[in-house]
Amino acid sequence: MIHFVLLVSRQGKVRLTKWYSPYSQKERTKVIRELTGLILTRGPKLCNFVEWRGYRVVYKRYASLYFCMCIDQDDNELEVLEIIHHYVETLDRYFGSVCELDLIFNFHKAYYILDELLLAGELQEPSKKIVARLIAGQDSLVEAAKEEANSISNIIAQATK
Amino acid sequence: MGSQGGFGQSKEFLELVKSIGESRSKSEEDRIILREIETLKRRIVEPDIPKRKMKEYIIRLVYVEMLGHDASFGYIQAVKMTHDDSLLLKRTGYLAVTLFLNEDHDLIILIVNTIQKDLKSDNYLVVCAALGAVCRLINEETIPAVLPQVVELLGHQKEAVRKKAVMALHRFYQKSPSTVSHLISNFRKKLCDSDPGVMGATLCPLFDLVTVDVKSYKDLVVSFVSILKQVVERRLPKSYDYHQMPAPFIQIKLLKILGLLGNGDKHASEQMYTVLGDLMRKCDASTNIGNAILYECICCISSIYPNPKLLEAAAEVISKFLKSDNHNLKYMGIDALGRLIKLSPDAAEQHQLAVIDCLEDPDDTLKRKTFELLQKMTKSSNVEVIVDRMIDYMISINDFHYKTEIASRCVELAEQFAPSNHWFILTMNKVFEHAGDLVNIKVAHNLMRLIAEGFGEDDDTADSQLRSSAVESYLRIVTEPKLPSAFLQVICWVLGEYGTADGKYSASYITGKLCDIAEAYSSDETVKAYAITALMKIYAIEIAAGRRLDILPECQTLIEELAASHSTDLQQRAYELQAVVGLDARAIESAMPSDASCEDIEIDVTLPFLDSFVQQSLHNGAQPYIPEDERSRAIDISNFSNQGHRESSTHGLKFEAYEMPKLPVPSRPPPPVSHVSTELVSIPEPSYSRETQFSPTNPPVSSSDAELKLRLDGVQKKWGKPTYPSTSSSSSGYSSSPANGASQMESAATSTSTSRPGETYKDLKKAEVEISPEKQKLAASLFGGSTRSEKRIGTTTHRASKGGGHSTEKSSVLKPSAASTTKANIPPQPLPDLLDLGEPARLSMVAPLTDPFMQLEGLLDQKESGSSGTCAVTDGSNKEPDIVSLYSDLHMDEQSSQSTLNPLAPSESNSSNLRRTISGGLAQATKGPNLKEALEKDALVRQVGVNPTTQNPNLFKDLLG
Repeated sequence: MIHFVLLVSRQGKVRLTKWYSPYSQKERTKVIRELTGLILTRGPKLCNFVEWRGYRVVYKRYASLYFCMCIDQDDNELEVLEIIHHYVETLDRYFGSVCELDLIFNFHKAYYILDELLLAGELQEPSKKIVARLIAGQDSLVEAAKEEANSISNIIAQATK
Repeated sequence: MGSQGGFGQSKEFLELVKSIGESRSKSEEDRIILREIETLKRRIVEPDIPKRKMKEYIIRLVYVEMLGHDASFGYIQAVKMTHDDSLLLKRTGYLAVTLFLNEDHDLIILIVNTIQKDLKSDNYLVVCAALGAVCRLINEETIPAVLPQVVELLGHQKEAVRKKAVMALHRFYQKSPSTVSHLISNFRKKLCDSDPGVMGATLCPLFDLVTVDVKSYKDLVVSFVSILKQVVERRLPKSYDYHQMPAPFIQIKLLKILGLLGNGDKHASEQMYTVLGDLMRKCDASTNIGNAILYECICCISSIYPNPKLLEAAAEVISKFLKSDNHNLKYMGIDALGRLIKLSPDAAEQHQLAVIDCLEDPDDTLKRKTFELLQKMTKSSNVEVIVDRMIDYMISINDFHYKTEIASRCVELAEQFAPSNHWFILTMNKVFEHAGDLVNIKVAHNLMRLIAEGFGEDDDTADSQLRSSAVESYLRIVTEPKLPSAFLQVICWVLGEYGTADGKYSASYITGKLCDIAEAYSSDETVKAYAITALMKIYAIEIAAGRRLDILPECQTLIEELAASHSTDLQQRAYELQAVVGLDARAIESAMPSDASCEDIEIDVTLPFLDSFVQQSLHNGAQPYIPEDERSRAIDISNFSNQGHRESSTHGLKFEAYEMPKLPVPSRPPPPVSHVSTELVSIPEPSYSRETQFSPTNPPVSSSDAELKLRLDGVQKKWGKPTYPSTSSSSSGYSSSPANGASQMESAATSTSTSRPGETYKDLKKAEVEISPEKQKLAASLFGGSTRSEKRIGTTTHRASKGGGHSTEKSSVLKPSAASTTKANIPPQPLPDLLDLGEPARLSMVAPLTDPFMQLEGLLDQKESGSSGTCAVTDGSNKEPDIVSLYSDLHMDEQSSQSTLNPLAPSESNSSNLRRTISGGLAQATKGPNLKEALEKDALVRQVGVNPTTQNPNLFKDLLG
């Protein structure tokens, strides 16, 4: 099972965190500090895995952003590496050539996508298409809601004129 | 598309994100966030905040929390937002609460009601959002509140809902198996769901169930095997393909389950052999995901009843992994080897040099994995080499967690395989010296017991030899500074018991040493306690032996000092010592018999010697003693026990709605009440009401007191407000057919061959040439056994080369055929998964077209257009090395084709929105056909004010680029 997902920039700035196992805010800060210290210092040609407090942390660097996932000892590390890649591909599909800025300013959308991909620490949907469809469905509703809100406010504005 | 329409937040928030992005230190970032928290605290309590504004505040709270600050002041607002009718806001609310709250938070109870309502919504997106929250927030206590609804949702017509319902049930099972134990059959049913996504999700709970109880799932072996077979034969929809592998994540899950089911079961395993063989053969070893599956296959093969053919295939894959240049594969290879040697212990032999390379690798992760492997290979013949290596490594690292682990491993191995007592003592000394405070104190106690009891055999001379060698080594070590406490305790104890036993050292010498210890570590009370007790033992032995007692002055001062100590324990020990010293030899002989540490002390818990005293007190009228459990029971009975019992049995929260109130006039049912507030004031709402059976007016409040109850069951009924019209028509592309079993899965995929040219391993023979003599020696001692090392070197290297030659031969046989099939089956159009251009095979498929936009980009961005190398390239403005080439190690041999990597004609690009970029120098230039988007984004970013070239150049690089 995946215990948490962590996105940090090369400078150690947190871009996204998602915790599937209970951690207090204090522990979270500590975890992030420890892991960034561990992962950001690793050289480029080494394994994408590190051992950490009896868990494995699988990480992968995309441009200047590190995607990390913490898993149990007996999980398949290569698989998790691909889950990370799967997530990035899904993000890419959604944002259209995703870059770090997209995630910085739209981190809530990154969360929505992650939520469609992983649930309760397990991969719930291996198909990019379906994830994309679900997110699009939600977005279209959002758009509809926005339009509705606009039209209502227009009506009110006209009425009060 | 998400961001193209602008980032959609207010200027203020963009400013915040921007300033965080530009902050140069953690403290600066903290300052900004603290200021933001102050703002939010003020704003969020303002009255009448528009909802969209509130939504943004909540997202800002999420941001604050994400950066590690406390946003608990706003949690309640997030909870409120989940109550909102608009999905947009509701979704934000759910997102925030799932991020903010842990399952034991007090606010959860406020959300349960909303979740209940949303689970019944007719909009599947609302249901999905609620199920997501269920997975994260529902705890053991609140499971009953949502369980019936979740079970109902297993039959929902939308596959996305079914899938999430399965996951939610799985989560419930993890939290409290007893609450869902009666629902487990549902998981079996869902395995036959018509949607592969639901089936895949069902594998997670089934894996857990099988882990706990293998026997009752043996009947599913056939189903799992057939599902796996169908997956491998590409009969799932194409959309489940990932990097041209058919549904790899499902395959891996299935393999895990099969590994459990086949463990030690010949019959079950035999059913799997064929499909496993197929899988191993077909699997594409050039992609990462292919290797993940191969690795999982090996795990499965080594777990089920062994089959020689499969084992052979597994060994072959392992040797490929180990010979790879990719560290990840080496790591997996080492791990897989560790699994395989349980079945074929000599499997490691042909890889000995690879293993040693890994052991000496600068990569810590790899090194540690290799130690794990070595631990599994340890025999009494190689334990010395392995443990020595481990200790050397242990000394070199600072990570406490791992230091502890490796120390306990050393201890375990040393206890299990120690070739001689002397070696054992020396090893333990080293472990204690360097990691004494980290190892479990039990290890220290074990060591003491071992020295006291000897190695089990009734050989007194060996035991006393062990003891004197221990004493000798301890006397030597004790002079070193800063020893860990646990180690000192062992030293004191051993010196006290056996310091003078062999007559080599005089009592005054030993006592002097003990005093030194107590003085040097005067802050450690446990050590002092051990030291003074050791002193007492030595004096007792001296007196019992009839020798004249000669207490050194420094010992005297130590005793006096401790007798006045603040610690009562130390004080008592000191006084006891003084008392013992005053006794005569005979009394000491019976009070402190020498070398009696191993004798059991019998304790009679009934305390028979007190019987007469008890009798006498009873006789004098004292109350008889009642044991504690009886006492509490007595109190219970004296109380109104019935009530107490019932309460304890129905402990916990009650989530069912209250019963419908009984009315005096049964023909007029009361209208359901939507809000507590409307309860007391009876508002007639005849015209809005959609529930036709209602009477137009409410019954008078006074008619029944039952109505005053808070009723939750009315909440989900809709009063006047319109809810969402069913939106399913727009987005539901397909209606699910009834679950007819996995065999009905559509066979949409064509049977394209998976095989691709395997990697060539040119360095196979290289190993023979470049082996340094030290490595050979090490290998021999690890793999061959120390006694026969000279003889072994020749044979082992020979064997290694033979093994190597063997596998080259095999792979070369395999290669041409694989290559030919690929050629024949190249799909007419490149698949959309072009992100992963690092893979050689796929690269070659991409025709070297030129991208018209690339040239445009080149004009825009002069300084980056030139370079087109691979991983080593860094662009001028960027100081850091460009690690865009993620698979750099894989695509070394593809350099030539990488110069034009942006190809695909625009017509194709429309069908797949993926950007196809790769190599380092082109990172910026290859925003690909989405040039317009990229420009827009850039423009927007500039508008926002983050300056790309100076402040934070990395922001502008595509993640995948």
